[in-house]
Amino acid sequence: MRELSLHILDIVQNSITAKADTITVEISENIEADELKITISDNGCGMDEETLARVNGTFATSRTTRKIGMGIALFRAAAELSDGYLTLASKKGEGTVTTAVFRHSSIDRMPLGDISGTMMLLSAKAKDFDLIYRHIWCGNEFVFSTKDIKEVIEDTPIDTPEVLNYIHDYIHENLNELFGGERDEIS
Amino acid sequence: MKSLEELRAIKEKMKASVNDRNENSDKIKVVIGMATCGIAAGARPVMQAFLDEIAKRGLDNVTVSQTGCIGMCKLEPLVDVFLPGEEKVTYIKMTPEKAVRVVNDHIVNKNIVSEYTIGSAE
Repeated sequence: MRELSLHILDIVQNSITAKADTITVEISENIEADELKITISDNGCGMDEETLARVNGTFATSRTTRKIGMGIALFRAAAELSDGYLTLASKKGEGTVTTAVFRHSSIDRMPLGDISGTMMLLSAKAKDFDLIYRHIWCGNEFVFSTKDIKEVIEDTPIDTPEVLNYIHDYIHENLNELFGGERDEIS
Repeated sequence: MKSLEELRAIKEKMKASVNDRNENSDKIKVVIGMATCGIAAGARPVMQAFLDEIAKRGLDNVTVSQTGCIGMCKLEPLVDVFLPGEEKVTYIKMTPEKAVRVVNDHIVNKNIVSEYTIGSAE
């Protein structure tokens, strides 16, 4: 993975598999504290302690067709490379929170990359759940929710290409406004 | 700046075309592998290219969806194209450029792009 946004795309699939009906992705950038924090939380089926220990320990998967899962391991490696860490908190029946913390200025921290692209593709799957994306930058924030989109489009499917392209451009424009202009690391 | 008005206009346009869509059951399906392996190999820009090209050409009988890993990770990004009444075609090692060509040649003009298919790799 070359971008943090690709890790987000990957990890949110876990929340979808856990049958969450609300998935929240929060990216919080605090330049003063030199910290970038990504929090992915869901209200899906959660994990018991044993499963959680397994996920924390190795390349785990809940799939039965193979024994190896790499999503969390790769995300953790990316965080640790940039003087950060990854934590998982989960409770059976309540949901899971994945938190990855990075040193913002670390030369080994991956760029955020195409966040709008990630959110657009996740929105395409958001038929049975809602996706909330919150980006905090220097005290200001931008919030996107598929709930708002669904309210407007009513029974038009959210995965219609035109709707998805709208979501992409909408997020892209609002992020640029939040940051006060284009940023190199956001493609 | 994108406004909700724009989104409403898209909805109205879709509503208008939904009847034609229901009448013809000739739905074309594009399915893209979007597991860890697919994502790492570049499936996201491939899917974006499909959505872009399909919206640009106004092809409202095509659906684009995502699936998990089907066990051929070294050939990712993998894309399956289903034309009604025909066998599934699997494209391997896709790129956004290849995606545009698959839309134009295969989905619009019904000519399979054989050099991108899994058959050509074996």
